[in-house]
Amino acid sequence: MAIEIKMPALSPTMEEGTLAKWLVAEGDDVRSGDVIAEIETDKATMEVEAIEDGKMGQIFIAAGTQNVKVNAPIALLLEDGETASDIAAQLPTQPALASTAAEEALKFEGSSVSKDMATAALQAPIVADAEWNGTSTALTVRESLRDAMAEEMRRDENVFVMGEEVAEYQGAYKVTQGLLDEFGAKRVIDTPITEQGFAGLGVGAAFGELRPVIEFMTFNFAMQAIDQIINSAAKTLYMSGGQMGCPIVFRGPNGAASRVAAQHSQCFASWYAHCPGLKVVAPYSAADAKGLLKAAIRDPNPVIFLENEVLYGQSFDVPNDDDWVVPIGKSKILREGSNVTIVAFSIMVGRALEAADRLEEQGISAEVIDLRTIRPLDSKTIINSVKKTSRLVTCEEGLPFAGIGSEIAMQVMEQAFDWLDAPIARVTGKDVPMPYAANLEVLALPQINDIVASALATCDGFKG
Amino acid sequence: MKIKLEAKRKRGPGRPPKAVVVGVNDMPPTKDLVTIYRDMLLIRRFEEKAGQLYGMGQIGGFCHLYIGQEAVVVGVQSASKPGDTVVTSYRDHGHMLACGMESNGVMAELTGRADGYSRGKGGSMHMFSREKNFFGGHGIVGAQVPIGVGLAFSHKYKKEPNVCMTYLGDGAVNQGQVYESFNMAALWKLPVVFVIENNQYGMGTKVSRAAAGHDLSDRGMAYGIPGKQVDGMNVLAVRTAALEALAHCRDGNGPYILEMKTYRYRGHSMSDPAKYRTREEVDAMRKQHDPIDQIRDLLRNQNVDDTFLKEIDSEIKATVTSATEFAQTSPAPDPRELFTDILLPLTDERLVAKG
Repeated sequence: MAIEIKMPALSPTMEEGTLAKWLVAEGDDVRSGDVIAEIETDKATMEVEAIEDGKMGQIFIAAGTQNVKVNAPIALLLEDGETASDIAAQLPTQPALASTAAEEALKFEGSSVSKDMATAALQAPIVADAEWNGTSTALTVRESLRDAMAEEMRRDENVFVMGEEVAEYQGAYKVTQGLLDEFGAKRVIDTPITEQGFAGLGVGAAFGELRPVIEFMTFNFAMQAIDQIINSAAKTLYMSGGQMGCPIVFRGPNGAASRVAAQHSQCFASWYAHCPGLKVVAPYSAADAKGLLKAAIRDPNPVIFLENEVLYGQSFDVPNDDDWVVPIGKSKILREGSNVTIVAFSIMVGRALEAADRLEEQGISAEVIDLRTIRPLDSKTIINSVKKTSRLVTCEEGLPFAGIGSEIAMQVMEQAFDWLDAPIARVTGKDVPMPYAANLEVLALPQINDIVASALATCDGFKG
Repeated sequence: MKIKLEAKRKRGPGRPPKAVVVGVNDMPPTKDLVTIYRDMLLIRRFEEKAGQLYGMGQIGGFCHLYIGQEAVVVGVQSASKPGDTVVTSYRDHGHMLACGMESNGVMAELTGRADGYSRGKGGSMHMFSREKNFFGGHGIVGAQVPIGVGLAFSHKYKKEPNVCMTYLGDGAVNQGQVYESFNMAALWKLPVVFVIENNQYGMGTKVSRAAAGHDLSDRGMAYGIPGKQVDGMNVLAVRTAALEALAHCRDGNGPYILEMKTYRYRGHSMSDPAKYRTREEVDAMRKQHDPIDQIRDLLRNQNVDDTFLKEIDSEIKATVTSATEFAQTSPAPDPRELFTDILLPLTDERLVAKG
């Protein structure tokens, strides 16, 4: 029986890649372990090895093909005695276990929708940017973050980037790709695996009037460094009576990626937002990622810049402007509506937009606000929206207890209680450590359906 | 003239270690010795007064006195150059005075007043002076060490000919981030002198009960950082060692560790009855190794007359008295200060969120 070779997933969040090169041809004998092809993702080029002995029967996907989906058959390996003519094409194949489980989990929630959340985010409408009237280019969030750092490094020689694998490896998630080539090892610095140490070093360098951009490979690892972030970076200005400004950016992916379980999947927005002395930013679109990162680097205060691994590869229109700055502390209404306000940040914005589309089908007009900055919170925009819609749903990937939704709900109660027609609803991650199993993970994360259901609940009895 | 300061290799309290010979070439001119004496005496008298004010309830919270350890910071700072930076932990009053910060501002911060260095918001453990290159004053044991390495990083990045002197105690040397810092400092050859002030006790725990291995000066061995154990009760031994360490750093050779064997006469903080050591141990140290007695004897040997020394004593006493009055009469911070200095204002209009 011939063996189908499938497009491999080379990272937890990889969905597709480019089949860059075949190193074998049809008819070649291969042995287990031979490199048969090279695959490019948006992060890296990887080699694919044969896992069985055999003869290359048929190559389905030609070298150079882009956007090959993970698990798509790319070639057929013949076992001893088989010939290409013995077998018929076997496409399509069974879906991978993970996506089956994910779909099951969504059904379990009573959903009629089985789209994977990341796919949905990919398909979210790109909202025209009222802040920009010039030309734009489609860029990924990853590219726009890189461009932001590069532009600020060109602008100010005291800006430097430091972290694990940021230089020669070009970034664990390739966000710092190309920076070493342009700026050299003095300004793009690979550190040892020593989060507390290099976070503290960054604080000292900021006291020394440099402008460090400290990358955490993920914010999960920043827990090792949280004492330096809170006690040293955030509090010293106050404790010094205003003398010791600390202009530093701590950035990196935050929140759940995919199937990396509890220690690697956590949203830290409410942890950092809790602390005076920090600004906390969590962009969704590439334009905001770029403009906010540039603002963060220019800010005289410590800024926590929460990125999202799933968003890195997504494309958005980014203004053609090397001085594109988005002020920290201003949210953005991405979609206007009149019946319910949905507030979200980071990856949840895409899900909120999708939920708004589905609500529209049911006659509910939802207003979607992208917070962009968590602290200082732009509560004014939220309050004004609630005064218009009288209903509010907050969305975050993080945990519910003392979360960002709790804070927003309290502020709305304090400032717009009389305008509310229904209790505020929270959509959050479930109050559990992130499980590994695909179906459980989907259940643990807030999905589009949850937003739709919560919005409908706030509109219960509403006659549009 | 030649003075030999002999010290024995034995460890433990009461026995400052290792021979350091101060020869004719190392001997500072008498006027510098007088400055050193004056600086050490100021710290001693200042700290004694701080202890009294604490007892009177005028200083609150934690208050860690430096009495007994004066030779360390005065000796090291006497070897520094303009532009060198300093960072330390919370037993920091002596460091601030040795960096040239005003005793008025330090004392007023201890009493929590508006004229304190942190305008009353930092207290004993958290004071800073950009003007004097003193970067704190940090309350978390060991957390100042990566910060010091970061200051050294900025010296190197900006091609400044300066060194960061990073002080830490014998308690801090067991913190993980200290070794993260040693590693990075050595890897990148950063100009930092790690001054370990081994006063023999981390709070109530004797070094031998907390630290495996022998000399703390060896703690950088795995990273190739040279280390030296120094009689930290002898200011000239400290100064000689610091000059050597600073020259090493300024020549681009990377970090250096100095383990200062010293002793604190008072408890860890004001609330520490210090039952973990005997009165005899403390008395023996004070009688035989007091750093101020040593420098005073040296000055007498150099024919500085007692009248002059007494004049200095009165001068210092007056300085401390006036600092005390200043700290007692300075107003409490304006209640509006509660909400200032949390974030720096944005000067670039384009960064300001509008609407």
